[in-house]
Amino acid sequence: MMFPILSSLVALPIAGAILLLFVRDDEHNEPLVRNIALVVSLLVFAQTLLLWSRFNAGSAEFQFVERHAWIPAFGISYLVGVDGISLLLLVLTGFLTPLALLSSWESVHKKTKAFCIFVLLLESAMMGVFVSLDLFLFYIFWDAMLIPMYFLIGIWGYDRRVYAAVKFMLYTMAGSVLMLLAILALAYLHNAATGAYSFDLLRLYDLRIPPPMQFWCFLAFALAFAIKVPLFPFHTWLPDAHVEAPTAGSVILAGVLLKMGTYGLVRFAFPLFPLAASYFAPYLALLAVIGIMYGALVAMVQPDMKKLVAYSSVSHLGFVVLGIAAMNTQGVQGAVYQMLNHGVSTGGLFLIVGMLSDRRHTRLISEYGGLKRVVPHLVAVFLIVTLSSIGLPGLNGFVGELLILLGAFRWSPRAAAFAASGVILSATYMLWMFQRVNYGPVNNDKNKTMRDLSAREWAILVPIVAMIALMGVLPNMFLRPIGPSVERMLNQVRQGAGVQIQAIKNSEFGSRNSD
Amino acid sequence: MLLLIPLLPFVGFLLNASFGRRISKAAAGAIACGSMLASFGVSTIAVWRLVGLPPESRALAQTVLRWITSGDFDVSFTLRVDPLSALMILVVTGIGSLIHIYSTAYMHEERDSEYARYFSYLNLFAAFMLVLVLGSNFLVMFVGWEGVGLCSYLLIGFWYQKESAADAGKKAFIVNRIGDFGFILGMLLAFVRFGTLDFQEIARSVAALRPETTFGTLSALTLLLFVGATGKSAQIPLHVWLPDAMEGPTPVSALIHAATMVTAGVYMIGRNAVLFGHAPHTLTIVAIIGTATALMAGTIGLVQNDIKRVLAYSTVSQLGYMFLAMGVGAYTAGIFHLFTHAFFKALLFLGSGAVIHALAGEQDLRRMGGLKRELPITYWTFFTGALAIAGVPLLAGFFSKDEILYRTFAGGHLWLWTVGLLTSLLTATYMFRVVFLAFHGERAGEHPAPSTEHPAPSTQRHLHDAPPAMALALIVLAAGSVLAGYVGVPRAVGGSNRIEQFLAPSFGEVRLKPDATNDARAALLQPGQERQEEAASATEGLERGLMGVSSAIALGGIGIAWFFFLKKKRAADEMAVRFAGVHRVLANKYYVDEMYEAAVVQPIRIASDEGLWNGVDVRVIDGAVNGVGGLVGGSSSALRRIQTGSVRLYAVSVMLGVVVILGYYVWR
Repeated sequence: MMFPILSSLVALPIAGAILLLFVRDDEHNEPLVRNIALVVSLLVFAQTLLLWSRFNAGSAEFQFVERHAWIPAFGISYLVGVDGISLLLLVLTGFLTPLALLSSWESVHKKTKAFCIFVLLLESAMMGVFVSLDLFLFYIFWDAMLIPMYFLIGIWGYDRRVYAAVKFMLYTMAGSVLMLLAILALAYLHNAATGAYSFDLLRLYDLRIPPPMQFWCFLAFALAFAIKVPLFPFHTWLPDAHVEAPTAGSVILAGVLLKMGTYGLVRFAFPLFPLAASYFAPYLALLAVIGIMYGALVAMVQPDMKKLVAYSSVSHLGFVVLGIAAMNTQGVQGAVYQMLNHGVSTGGLFLIVGMLSDRRHTRLISEYGGLKRVVPHLVAVFLIVTLSSIGLPGLNGFVGELLILLGAFRWSPRAAAFAASGVILSATYMLWMFQRVNYGPVNNDKNKTMRDLSAREWAILVPIVAMIALMGVLPNMFLRPIGPSVERMLNQVRQGAGVQIQAIKNSEFGSRNSD
Repeated sequence: MLLLIPLLPFVGFLLNASFGRRISKAAAGAIACGSMLASFGVSTIAVWRLVGLPPESRALAQTVLRWITSGDFDVSFTLRVDPLSALMILVVTGIGSLIHIYSTAYMHEERDSEYARYFSYLNLFAAFMLVLVLGSNFLVMFVGWEGVGLCSYLLIGFWYQKESAADAGKKAFIVNRIGDFGFILGMLLAFVRFGTLDFQEIARSVAALRPETTFGTLSALTLLLFVGATGKSAQIPLHVWLPDAMEGPTPVSALIHAATMVTAGVYMIGRNAVLFGHAPHTLTIVAIIGTATALMAGTIGLVQNDIKRVLAYSTVSQLGYMFLAMGVGAYTAGIFHLFTHAFFKALLFLGSGAVIHALAGEQDLRRMGGLKRELPITYWTFFTGALAIAGVPLLAGFFSKDEILYRTFAGGHLWLWTVGLLTSLLTATYMFRVVFLAFHGERAGEHPAPSTEHPAPSTQRHLHDAPPAMALALIVLAAGSVLAGYVGVPRAVGGSNRIEQFLAPSFGEVRLKPDATNDARAALLQPGQERQEEAASATEGLERGLMGVSSAIALGGIGIAWFFFLKKKRAADEMAVRFAGVHRVLANKYYVDEMYEAAVVQPIRIASDEGLWNGVDVRVIDGAVNGVGGLVGGSSSALRRIQTGSVRLYAVSVMLGVVVILGYYVWR
């Protein structure tokens, strides 16, 4: 039998966490604890790279599939697999987790062992979400992920951490409870159609779900995912969660967790309910475009760096949802690409803000100024990440934005035009922050003695910068494996809905135009 | 080989950016200048090879990689040299090299690390500018387009500790982004319409179409692209960033904000001449915007007191001329003016830099005067540049500007021609106002001004003329300002207009391929061109007459300047008092910045802060969320108990819920 690499991705971090349980929790052991966690996360990253190298980029199908019966009575199985859509998200998770751990090296001194355990458990759950092809399994990972995240925010966060953690939890749970109902309904429908329960995604894909049911199920899934993304107007948990979370939490939250919402749309909501998806896609796109502009405008007036970056995420993720809603090759491929980009560049921004707040214990923009003079290296990296975030061609962000805009333009030029205004707005808020933090005279004496990047911080930022450049210059390296699976997903949706889509879509357009 | 042209300065950038803090100024300067000169060498070889080819097949291309592939969207990173880009790479690397050399002396007072940082940015700029002009499709051009914008941002804000410099850099970037918004949409529309972003393929598809008589796709597409051009080339309504860009070091103003980057919009239209030629509505708008910008900037230039600001408005005005040329379909004339302008405007900026350098940062014309004696090299070169831009016969600006005015007239655009002529008068006047105020008369203020550019106050008793590196650049550019026009001497005065013949293939001028159907189409497609042809043969006399008019105008403008600013200085002040209202409006640049601030910037800021963030987010959405929370919890205390309760309990209840619901479905 082949080595179960996907199970190993899920199991390895858990194994690391268990190993940590046996290390006595005292001050001497702190370095040991950290090193164990780091080594484990690096091994996981190496494994994701191995997975990528073995992945057949020409195939649209799920690969490395493992299937074991689990609760046969209910048709629940342990079913995992990876395709082009999830492959690079696994790599991204593997890439960001060690960086997140490294970022906490000096800022987390309270209950270090527990912290590392939670980060590893979180990684395991995230991997699980991306590899699950059984809806029950998926749901378990989806909810399991919340618990370590809740603690990361609630224990190691800033002043209002408990409020933020609870808000995060309640918001997400509200969505996922409805999704659970929809999942159960699916299994039930499968039983009704074939006489057997099944949570097997690949089987459920083939299920013909009658329209009213399809619409309710889609809405339940879409709500859960929209909250996670977060799509306007379900976004208000995000700024609080980000601001209060420790750096590692923010990096993982922005880098990976948010992608689960958009991943869910592509993997589950759209192909499972093609008819409903086609019907609701314009509304999703509308919310996405509002989110792009809204997030950017609100980001523009934030006094707190972390909040600014959080709102910029609302804007950037709006692009991703728009690409998905456009339902064409460039749109969806660009969306998947943009998920990766956002993970790298927003992850990078949170890491940098974390480094600043490690030094000065504040995230307020007004506390800074003139840093370029004091910490030129940090500012140079800050600039590169900023440029990546505002989509400068040659860096990663541009490729995703361009493809999404093209996809959107093909679907609706007007939507693309509104979305493209994000190009102006993102430059406005990012450069404004950059200027106030880094340019001008050093007015605050506390900033005069700031130290520049340490070796550890270089080790965190160099990979980020390298990825930013690599994904900008050689995007095809990443687009190639994504392509076939995106096509398969699009065909699935198109065929699934068949002719009905067009009829509904047309009438939908008609009624919208007559407004 | 083509890749080497942008790659060499890029390597220079990488070296100075990585090791700049550890190497001496001499080394940093040598890396930067060396890489530019090498790039100039490679460019020369490339152009040499190009010229060796027969005119109709003059193009060299190199595909570096397949860049972005997604479904039917498949764009390569391809570089291409044709006559138009050949001209551009020579300007960028040639004048670029001179400005690099000039900078080694000009920036010498900076700290070592700052010096290297400066040169790394300058090299990076050159690399992107070369990508912009070499790109064989919209996407590669856009890489350069945004890249030069970035470098412009970095260099304007080079003295980042000054708030005004940092502000100006940001303003430049954001205003350019507004233009890019149009450019991106134009690019998308082009792809959707033609299925490709390649300039050649688009031109080929377009050539098979009839020019649009109504405002259709092509008009929309070209208009969107033109929005991009107004941003990059500082045309109304996006001209506001360029004057502020003078916060950057003066050589930067010369290279980026005069000779190269700001002409990118003109180049872009030239590159898509066939496309624009099929959208006459857009061309009309281009011509009107160009003319209006030329006039507006010329009038403002008349009353500015900062020497660099006068030159900045002059640049905006001259760019307007180029757009006028493009708009009336006189692509060669527009590019010709771009070419000559690169020489004399770079020269004027570098000359003003030499003045500022000598006066330890003084930029105010009112505190200059009498510099002629002390700065002879600067004076004579600057004077040459001023003559060239004013359009005095036999210098570079005369031939190119005259070509534009003549084509405008011959195309039947009488109003545009009149305004153009008026602007020409203004040009001569404001330029010689600078010459007379700065170099003639008596030195006005001896006390050192609050210096902006050279913060190190040097106690100079007598002024030093430009040091060798700077003098070299000035002299070479002065020679260029005299001679550059001779590549385009019109036939009417016995020239052969070689630049027109050279550039013709780049503008897809169909008469190069003389077969019957094409000729018929050429007549259809290029009405302006045809009309010009006829006019040229029939009315060489007219052309000579118009030349006389513009010469007289140029000399008249100089005369006005002489009268008001040298002979009878009080007259100028009296005029300013008598027309105080007009003067105030001009001195305040028509209050455009203030209008934008009041009508756009503040409303957006306030609406975002009070309306969206504190209104929608905090009150409406969070209000609703907390309200629902309150309802569910029954009371806030109950809610708090749930919230502080253990999450393990929470997880357990979730799982319990799962089991209950599952059970219900299974056993029902």
